[in-house]
Amino acid sequence: MQYHTPSSFDDAVALAKDAQGVTRFLAGGTDVLVQLRADIVTPDVLIDIKKIDGVSDIAREGDGWRIGVAVTGAEMSEHDTLAKEWPGLVEAMDLIGSTQVQGRATLTGNLCNGSPAADSVPAMVAAGVTVSVTGPNGERKVAAEDIPVSPGKTSLEAGELVTAVHVPARGKSGGDAYLRFIPRTEMDIAVVGCGINLRLDGKKIVEARVSLGAVAPTVLLVEDAANAIIGTELDDAALDALAAAASAACNPINDKRGTIEFRTHVAGVLAKRAAKIAYERAEAAS
Amino acid sequence: MAFDETKTEDFKVVGQRVKRPDGVDKVTGKAKFGADAVAPGMLFAAVVRSPHAHAGIVKIDTSKAEALGGVKGVVTRADFATGLTGGDLDVLENVMAGEKALYDGHAVAAVAATSQLIARDAAKLIEVEYEVLPHVTDVDMAMASDAPVIREGAADQSVPEGMHANVVRYHESGHGDIEAGFAEADLVVEDSFKTEATHQGYIEPHACLAQLGGDNKGELWCCTQGHWNVQKLCAAMLGLETSQLRVTASEIGGGFGGKTAVFIEPVALALSRKTNRPVKLVMSRSEVFRATGPTASTSMDIKIGMKKDGTITAGQGTFRLQGGAFPGAPMEFTAMCAFAPYNLQNVKQVGYDVMANRPKQAAYRAPGSPMAAFAVESVIDELCKKLGLDPIEVRLKNASKQGTKASFGPTWDRIGLVETLEAAQSHPHYSAPLKEGQGRGISCGFWFNHGGETSVTLALSEDGTAQLSVGTPDIGGSRASMAQMAAEELGIPYENIRTTIADTATLGYNEVSHGSRVTYASGLATIKAARSAVKILCARAAAKWGIDEDAVVWENGCAKPSGPNAGEFDPLPIDKLTRSMGRTGGPIVGHFEATPEGAGVSFATHIVDAEVDKETGQTKVVRYTVVQDAGKAINPAYVEGQFQGGAAQGIGWALNEEYIYGEDGRLQNSVFLDYRIPVASDLPMIDTVIVEVPNPGHPYGVRGVGETSICPPLAAIANAVSNAAGVRLKELPMSPPRILAALENQAKNG
Repeated sequence: MQYHTPSSFDDAVALAKDAQGVTRFLAGGTDVLVQLRADIVTPDVLIDIKKIDGVSDIAREGDGWRIGVAVTGAEMSEHDTLAKEWPGLVEAMDLIGSTQVQGRATLTGNLCNGSPAADSVPAMVAAGVTVSVTGPNGERKVAAEDIPVSPGKTSLEAGELVTAVHVPARGKSGGDAYLRFIPRTEMDIAVVGCGINLRLDGKKIVEARVSLGAVAPTVLLVEDAANAIIGTELDDAALDALAAAASAACNPINDKRGTIEFRTHVAGVLAKRAAKIAYERAEAAS
Repeated sequence: MAFDETKTEDFKVVGQRVKRPDGVDKVTGKAKFGADAVAPGMLFAAVVRSPHAHAGIVKIDTSKAEALGGVKGVVTRADFATGLTGGDLDVLENVMAGEKALYDGHAVAAVAATSQLIARDAAKLIEVEYEVLPHVTDVDMAMASDAPVIREGAADQSVPEGMHANVVRYHESGHGDIEAGFAEADLVVEDSFKTEATHQGYIEPHACLAQLGGDNKGELWCCTQGHWNVQKLCAAMLGLETSQLRVTASEIGGGFGGKTAVFIEPVALALSRKTNRPVKLVMSRSEVFRATGPTASTSMDIKIGMKKDGTITAGQGTFRLQGGAFPGAPMEFTAMCAFAPYNLQNVKQVGYDVMANRPKQAAYRAPGSPMAAFAVESVIDELCKKLGLDPIEVRLKNASKQGTKASFGPTWDRIGLVETLEAAQSHPHYSAPLKEGQGRGISCGFWFNHGGETSVTLALSEDGTAQLSVGTPDIGGSRASMAQMAAEELGIPYENIRTTIADTATLGYNEVSHGSRVTYASGLATIKAARSAVKILCARAAAKWGIDEDAVVWENGCAKPSGPNAGEFDPLPIDKLTRSMGRTGGPIVGHFEATPEGAGVSFATHIVDAEVDKETGQTKVVRYTVVQDAGKAINPAYVEGQFQGGAAQGIGWALNEEYIYGEDGRLQNSVFLDYRIPVASDLPMIDTVIVEVPNPGHPYGVRGVGETSICPPLAAIANAVSNAAGVRLKELPMSPPRILAALENQAKNG
């Protein structure tokens, strides 16, 4: 196994382009190293991107944010302004693993691991996060929901890597929330996850994005669920329509973590609960 | 004091919450656990395990592994003893597969190399050709006529004719006329229950360091609940003389019954003998789940009749336990514990030991009893509800007492069930109001407790301090309790005694730390060993004073004349006697060897409040109270710890822990991410009440406490959840999907 510590993204791309065999980019390593030890993925080339300038920065980008690819969950939680503007996104990241894991795990890693159950991804998708991708053919911007394509697989081409996460401007009267269902209180993996981001005009919802995790091969952006609450004041009828649309979008599997029926039902329950939190937050920000 | 006296009051050290002597080492990382031992020239081992639930082993090709640089040796079944029979053969089959792999994770070969990484790579190079066979993992399916046969001829003579070959043992017990009893009842409730296998979940994986030469003399360091048992079994597996293998027990990071067996120790010894090098073998967590000994899974039918006043007229239970691919599921314990708390005129219990393609079950804290309580106490709860009776009143009305004939035969001596029920009834928890969505459950539980072969020595040092050597690995703070009992007898400070878990060369045979026996049996032996040392001390004083030995008493750490008639002498403190012991007759050592048989049984009553989220099926345990009879709490803090630990494991078992097998017969959740033991934030503070009804079989009245604490939780939580959800849960674990399905089913069917 080769281990590299490039000092720029260009160098990282050059290394990845020429790499033979299985290549993995290493930031926090909370997936890569676990998979290595468990004989799930044994990389031939490991490219550690933590030595690249700026990867650990959380910086203003217009009225939004630019989050470096090696920024950890703990650093996000401790960033008061970010946490105030995007509590759903920050809380979603904070739900992952233990205190020790929070000192290593990153948004970018969570996204590029390609797991449909990744906690931060529905929150990113709901928030309308985009990422910068650099590769042998130059740079592009990709919506978070377009990165995962199936469990463990992403749309990134060989030699491509994510170089930054862009969180949009919060703007006025907006709020986001993420909830996941786990049978325990922590140290578990989402059986269902739901991220909701919305904006109010007065009491009325004028914009919304609803995202579901762990109910399909990839994290879903559910437009029908968003449409169920747009134009409403989140009354009971709207909540029921939201739950129905969320459940209808589910295409889950039966596995050790939950059944198809359970996931489908709970997706609706979580959507309602997350929507109420996001709505309250938006009202508070009005 | 006479040397065989029972002491029940005026304790000085016993009953105090002293600090445990191993505490500082454990919190500073100094304590040496199984994987912490090293030896010069040590090799590292890795085990090749079957990916199939049931498969013939056609061929094992080790040539590629042996050709890898750094590999020093490979072992297969051919490297172990031949000609074993009975239980020894079962252990060997489990340790290293012979002609068939019997479960996912079954060891088929092992390799030793100069590094852990090389050993792991080499294990992947060992090519095993399998002939995959049909498999079965569910207990009811394993008994069905079309089930694949795990092993022909494994059944013993107890099994009735016509049963499937996977049913290997049968048990029946009880008394009275159950049909007449059911006819007397105003209400009869009959129901079926299932529980999934769970793992003890000890934090420390199995680990050992083995050294065995071509001369068949060896040393073994390992993490175990009983090193004499390891010595005996390893000697049999490798064809050694027992005394030529010295076994030392490491510190132990939890066992709960699961470390009363051997898994990797014979393999490491075989590799060491083959390579002529020390070999270290450490299991991964996944190996622990797949290939050690979880508890049995069960399928149970219960029928209970009750009068309107709460009198139970008859009880009947059928208990089918799946214990893996070998005989041994503890179905007789399940059957015997099921109705033990109750004074029944008519009772019958039947048990079946069933084999399936799963790892060989091992003991797990009161093996078999928690499942029985779950089934029986659920039905009693249902009867109470239907008849509008208070669940504690009903249990008090039917409770076993001294003189009651137990459901499985014997007549009870002094027992403390009624006292636990009364303490539960008067506890503020029982009358506290419940919030919306919450339910309360109660349950009783019973465990036998055990004595077992025990050997202890207590050597006095010249300064009047004492070295206590016991042979039962300390799995619950027993070094502290032993030192407290020795200090009490010798009349010296607790801190002046050092308790060591001695190796197999140092003491006579000690049965494993199981059956809640340590504080009872090693404690009894410690008291008796101390008394034998005191007898010598008194004799030395008598010789010095020139009076009769019987005229000397031992008080507060000093020899004294027994009275004015014995003579006028100043008390002789222990250190004065020990400083001169070389000149007065030699070293002073007390000892005791016996198989104590007076282990008093222990009963408990638990109260649980649970809150169920009816939209998601999620359960939160919001309040928990354990009331249990400890006989006499030597160290109340560790007794409370045992009470809390049993409840915590019970919460996991009741709500989320389970062995999940796929259709391919492979274990789906062999890591802690998916095998969901409770985390700290899942648990409420677990309140405890220590009831002390002395055990007549122990000098201080001690009853074992380690196991009874896990007997009531499954039932108490199931009753609480069922009351909160408004629907009876009959299958464990009560995971959210299962609770939601039960609620939906009820909504559909009314």
